Amino acid sequence: MMNYFPDEVLEHVFDFITCHKDRNSVSLVCKSWHRIERYSRRRVFIGNCYSISPERLIARFPGVKSLTLKGKPHFADFNLVPYDWGGFVYPWIKVLAETGIGLEELRLKRMVVSDESLELISKTFVNFQSLVLVSCDGFSADGLAAIAANCRFLRELDLQENEVDDHRGHWLSCFPESCTSLVSLNFACLKGEVNLGALERLVSRSPNLKSLRLNRSVPLDTLQKLLMRAPQLVDLGIGSYVHDPSSEASNKLKHAIQRCKSIMSLSGFLEVAPRCMSAIYPICGNLTTLNLSYAPGIHGNKLTKLIQHCRKLQRLWILDCIGDKGLGVVASTCKELQELRVFPSDPFGAGNDAVTEEGLVLVSAGCPKLNSLLYFCQQMTNAALITVAKNCPNFIRFRLCILDPVRPDPVTNQPLDEGFGAIVQSCKRLKRLSLSGLLTDQVFLYIGMYAEQLEMLSIAFAADSDKGMLYVLNGCKKLRKLEIRDCPFGNAALLEDVGKYETMRSLWMSSCEVTLGGCKTVAEMMPSLNVEIINESDQTEFNLDDGQKVDKMYLYRTLVGHRKDAPESVWILGDLTRSEHHEPSLNDMIQDMKLKNVSGDDDFIIWESNNFKLQGNFSVYGYNPFIFFFHPVVGLGVVASSCKELQELRVFPSAVFGAGNDVVTEEGLIRR
Amino acid sequence: MAKEGLGFEITELRLGLPGGGGIEKNEKKRVFSEISEEEENGKCNGKSQVVGWPPVCSYRRKNSFGDKDGSKTSKFYVKVSMDGAPFLRKIDLALHKGYSDLATALEKLFGEVLKDADSCEFVPIYEDKDGDWMLAGDVPWEMFIESCKRLRIMKRADVKGFGVLQQREVVKGTLKE
Repeated sequence: MMNYFPDEVLEHVFDFITCHKDRNSVSLVCKSWHRIERYSRRRVFIGNCYSISPERLIARFPGVKSLTLKGKPHFADFNLVPYDWGGFVYPWIKVLAETGIGLEELRLKRMVVSDESLELISKTFVNFQSLVLVSCDGFSADGLAAIAANCRFLRELDLQENEVDDHRGHWLSCFPESCTSLVSLNFACLKGEVNLGALERLVSRSPNLKSLRLNRSVPLDTLQKLLMRAPQLVDLGIGSYVHDPSSEASNKLKHAIQRCKSIMSLSGFLEVAPRCMSAIYPICGNLTTLNLSYAPGIHGNKLTKLIQHCRKLQRLWILDCIGDKGLGVVASTCKELQELRVFPSDPFGAGNDAVTEEGLVLVSAGCPKLNSLLYFCQQMTNAALITVAKNCPNFIRFRLCILDPVRPDPVTNQPLDEGFGAIVQSCKRLKRLSLSGLLTDQVFLYIGMYAEQLEMLSIAFAADSDKGMLYVLNGCKKLRKLEIRDCPFGNAALLEDVGKYETMRSLWMSSCEVTLGGCKTVAEMMPSLNVEIINESDQTEFNLDDGQKVDKMYLYRTLVGHRKDAPESVWILGDLTRSEHHEPSLNDMIQDMKLKNVSGDDDFIIWESNNFKLQGNFSVYGYNPFIFFFHPVVGLGVVASSCKELQELRVFPSAVFGAGNDVVTEEGLIRR
Repeated sequence: MAKEGLGFEITELRLGLPGGGGIEKNEKKRVFSEISEEEENGKCNGKSQVVGWPPVCSYRRKNSFGDKDGSKTSKFYVKVSMDGAPFLRKIDLALHKGYSDLATALEKLFGEVLKDADSCEFVPIYEDKDGDWMLAGDVPWEMFIESCKRLRIMKRADVKGFGVLQQREVVKGTLKE
């Protein structure tokens, strides 16, 4: 039936499929779907920049317009990865530029972005519209100046939590008078001063501006002027907010704020005099997002009074100086709350103001729609977690960080296994989990048993033995990212099922019990993984003793072999002769699938085997242990991801005399 | 939900460890307190600090905590001029805890007694972010250091003609908190 749809129809249908995972599935159905999908693909998401090369990206998706790339492993955020580890975007830009790709959007996270890269982007991609940099480094205000000056149709410049060398503040003045297309401008993370007049003029000539986040250097009177010029704003990040409530400046500000009836998201207050918060009460009623996590100056009853005005909040990011009582106010006010993040205001202090399990329980009782949590606290109890699990079964993300990471339940002195166990059992849609507190192997048994949708797990200072890690690897079928620090997991756990790592994006293990020999074994058994050892000690040579414990190991699946840009502190393990990438041949793939005896034929391929074992659920037509009729719509991709034990596969053509548009090809044999 | 004999007890969710045993400390497990002791001895930070713990991203560490992390990102250097003095000076307001402390520091710089307001022939004024000249001492210290752009130690006799806000008799205790 599929043969009768012309390509244009299928392409139109595919336009409605925007989610990356769905598009990936679509591309595995058959040859013609694969072809149509790849030519019509505009947005590509690459979760690990070293898993594929820019050349192969373009070969497959020549029409790509929007690219998302992530570089360093997550634990780089916490200074566990050397600054020069890698994640350079320049090679990507260079190749994209050389092959004439019409790049319009670039979103980067934890990548090293040089000024050179930014200049190349600005001068090459004529229709470039959107640059989003999150937790990146390596660039200065000069790179931003190039973007501002050369990207004629720029709509979005969004800088989030980057380390930028911006002592020169001229970049903002580089937006030409002809630039009127800005929709989003976020420079809150920049430290330097900007030309305030240029900023005012830029905002004045940007009628489509919806999102504006200022840095500390933008003073109150400028804020007031900007708001007068942009009352259509939907998202506002305030820089400096210091004024005398009785002053003329304050009155003017109140008036300007009241005109902004569309603001739904508020953040910043990077410098704040808390007495002045009343000026923003008029817009609080519309807020769905409020981020005060960079405003330690707002606390106590000033903070709670503010929150009491925010009845429509869906997302709230605050500091723990809100206290348990303040969280009680959140619970009684913010009935629509979905996401809560409570950050520590003083991670090493006595924590008098910090929150405890009480605050979390209050919020869980008052906010039934809560589905995403990041909670730094002094302590947690099993009873509280069990209550939270009952109150909020909808968690998708649950990240708990007890400031003392091995603290038991302070009431019972027990580990927190039961509490987290209750969370995973109750929250059937849980995708991301971070654990802390005193934890034994038991919690991992629960996770392996119940966390069926879990994709990302972060573990620190937990478990008693290899069993903990094994429970997780065996149980969590959808696991994509596993990051572990300071746990007693060794080679036995690491080597139990190395094939599992190919179904995941990455595995991080630091300060565990794995040895160099264990890591080498993984690398030898799995050529499709890069196994990196990070050694930041002062030794000039790695200790080559296989029994040596490895301080940090990061492994990830890749289609392009060893990367060439690793610094001296990073050693990529594995057979050096395999570091040259080669396309896996049909034979390689058959070896991988434990099949024997290929007899190739134009119309169909038969493999024969003595044993046959089948696992997995999918539609089968005419099932027989040795013969497997195969409808092309099911897709070999489904077989690959479900049937790990498959030893025999017979693929028959669905239309013996057909043109073969729907015939599966060798691409279908490549496991996702 | 007892399913005796099938070994399902282990999956029963309840408070406490299965078997009711105590917490076994595996010798291989590196306990947080051991690590933080190592770090403390190495770095002498005074408080337990382990690399990367708590897991707060480095950008946030540098920008939302107080100076307990070591590196202070903002300085409050302002110029100080004193009528009659040939040179201006600069001081870091953040180094001082309050107005009284500031007065002491200014005395050291210029050698004039500023604390005793009655007999003092000088008035401390400052230019704020709005560009207005204000009498020092009215607002809380934290607000003052954030809004002060420069300081001037003005002769009392010149005050009336200057246009200082809140003009009134310079009273005792202008430099008290």
